[in-house]
Amino acid sequence: MAIERKFKIGKPILEVKNISLSFGGVKAITDTSFDVLEHEVRAIIGPNGAGKSSMLNCINGIYKPQQGTVSFKGKEIPNITPNLMAQMGLSRTFQNLALFKRMSVLDNILVGRKLHTKTNFLEVAFQLPKVKKEEKINRERSEEIISFLEIEDIKDTPVGKLPYGLQKKVELGRALATDSSVILLDEPMAGMNVEEKRDMCRFILKVNDELGTTMVLIEHDMGVVMDISDRVVVLDYGKVIGDGTPDEVRSNQKVIDAYLGVEH
Amino acid sequence: MKPVFMTYTKKDLINLAVCMVLSVLVIPTFITTEYWYTSILIPWLCLALATIGQQIVMGYTGQLALGAAGFMAAGAFAMFNLILRVPDLGFVGSLIVSGLIAAAFGILFGLPSLKVRGIYLMVATLASQFFIIWMIDKFGWFKNYDSSGIITAQDIVILGKPFTTPLAMYFVCLAVTTVLTLLAMNMARGSTGRNWMAVRDMDIAAESMGVSLLRTKVQAFAISAFYCGVAGALFAFCYLKSLEPVAFDIKLSFKILFMCILGGLGTINGAFIGAAFILLFPVLLNAIGNNVFHGAIDATIISSIEQVIFGGLMIIFMIYEPLGMAKLWENIKQKWKTKIPSSTNLKSSLGKKT
Repeated sequence: MAIERKFKIGKPILEVKNISLSFGGVKAITDTSFDVLEHEVRAIIGPNGAGKSSMLNCINGIYKPQQGTVSFKGKEIPNITPNLMAQMGLSRTFQNLALFKRMSVLDNILVGRKLHTKTNFLEVAFQLPKVKKEEKINRERSEEIISFLEIEDIKDTPVGKLPYGLQKKVELGRALATDSSVILLDEPMAGMNVEEKRDMCRFILKVNDELGTTMVLIEHDMGVVMDISDRVVVLDYGKVIGDGTPDEVRSNQKVIDAYLGVEH
Repeated sequence: MKPVFMTYTKKDLINLAVCMVLSVLVIPTFITTEYWYTSILIPWLCLALATIGQQIVMGYTGQLALGAAGFMAAGAFAMFNLILRVPDLGFVGSLIVSGLIAAAFGILFGLPSLKVRGIYLMVATLASQFFIIWMIDKFGWFKNYDSSGIITAQDIVILGKPFTTPLAMYFVCLAVTTVLTLLAMNMARGSTGRNWMAVRDMDIAAESMGVSLLRTKVQAFAISAFYCGVAGALFAFCYLKSLEPVAFDIKLSFKILFMCILGGLGTINGAFIGAAFILLFPVLLNAIGNNVFHGAIDATIISSIEQVIFGGLMIIFMIYEPLGMAKLWENIKQKWKTKIPSSTNLKSSLGKKT
C-alpha cells in the first residue's frame, strides 16, 4: 500500500495451529494453521462449506476443536469460551445477524460496552454516582461509534425494524464498542448491494486505519476481499490451499481450481 | 429524552407525581369503604409487585419460569418465622430478609436455566412451586407446629406503631411497592437491564460481548424471587392476614403469569396494568351479573365466563399485540397525539376557505 499507515503491521497477534474440527463423521476443518498479524486486515475466503465460519467459531470459542490450539496475544488458550475471548480483547459479528432485536440501536451498542461496565446490579438499582459516571462514559463512546458509522438518525429505532444492510452496520458498531484489539467479521457484506458493500469496505478500512484494530473477515466476494485485505488465506474442504498477499493468492493454481473448477 | 433524576425522564417524574397524589391524597379522601382497600387496592399492589418479579425473569431475561407463587410462599413464611423468632429485626428488616431468603430459593431453582430453555425450563421451575409448598407442609417448624393448618399473621408494627387498619396497611403496601418499582426501573434501564435483554434476545451474541450467561440468568432469578418474596410477605400480612400454603398454589402462579403476559412482557408499568385487569375484571363481571341481569345468571357460570374470556384474551393478545396492554396503551396515546394536531390543521384549513 502506497499510503503510510498510522499503525504498522506488527507481530502475530492471533495464531491458529493444526486445528481439526469434525461434527460426527463430517470433517469441517482438517489440520489448519495460519496466523494474523497485529493491525492487519486478514481475509479468510473459500467456496461454500469450506469451513470458514467454523474456523471463526473455533477462534471465538463457540466450537471446541478436537485438535489444535489457538494462541492469542502470545498466549495459548486451553479452554476457550466466547466470554473469555471477549475479555481478552477479541470481538466478533455473526453471519446470520445476532443482534438484540427488541433493543434500540444505541442499547445494542451499549451492550458492547459490557466489559467496560464494572458496577453491579445493586449500585445500578440505587443509581450511585459512580454508575452515572460510568454510564456517561459508555454512552459518549457509543454515540461516537454511532456517528462514526453515520447511523445517528436511527439510534433509537429497535434494530429488528431496520433493513438488513443497516443491521450489519449496527453489528459492526457493537463489536467496535468493545474496544477490542481484534474483530472477527463473519461475512460482513453478505446480501448487500454494491453501494452498501462499498460503504462497508470503507468502514472496515477506516476502523483499521484510525483505531488500528486488527480485522479478520470472511467473505464470498473475491473482488472485495482482494481490494481491502493485506493477506488472504484460502480454505477449501476444511484445508488451507493458499495463503499470502492478494496477488499471490490470485495466481495460485490451487485457488483458481477451487474457484473456477478444474477439468479432469 | 434525557433523564432528569436517576434514570427517570421529566415525563416519568410527572407520571410519578400524579400517581403519588392520586394514591396518597385522592384515594384516601374519597374512598372510605373498607372493601376497596382490603379486596382491591392491597392485593393489587402485592400482586403487581410479584408481577414485576415475574417480568424481570420472563419479560426482561426471557426465561420461561413458572413458580412465582412458590417464592411468594417462601417470603410469606420466612416473614412469619422472622417476626416470631427474631423480633429484633423489626417489620422492614424482616421484610428485606424474607426477600433475601426467597432470593436464595430463586438462585437454587434458577440454575436449571443454564441447561434447559423454553417450555422445558417452565417444567423445571414448576419444581420450585411444588417443593416449597411441600417443604412448608412437611416440616411443622415452618408453621410453628400449628395443627389447624391456618396460622394468623402477626400484626404489623413499624417503629412501635401498629399498622392494623386497612388504610394503614394500604400505605405500607404502597410505600414498599413504590420503592421497589423505582429500583426495578433503574435496573431495567441501566446496564443490568441491558444484560438481561441481551440474554433474552440473542444469548450467544451476549456471551461474545462478555455478558456471562451464568451470572446474568442467576441474578435475574434471584432478583425476581426477591420481589416475589417481598410481595408474598405483604400478600400474607396485609391481604390474607393468615398463612396457609394452599393460598400460594399453582393457580396463583398462573395468575401472575397471565398478569405478566396481558400487561405486556418486558414492561414495568405493564405489571400494574395486568394486575389491575385480572383483579378488577371478575369484580366488573359480577357487578354486571348483579345489576344488569339481576342475579339471573348463576355465580358459578359467571366465574366460568371469566375463565373463558381470560383464555380468549390471552390468545388474542398473543396474536395481535404480544407486548400486551402497556403497548396497546402506548399506541392509543400515539394515535391521540397524531390526531389532535391533524384536527387543528383541518380547522385552520377550513377557516381559510370560508
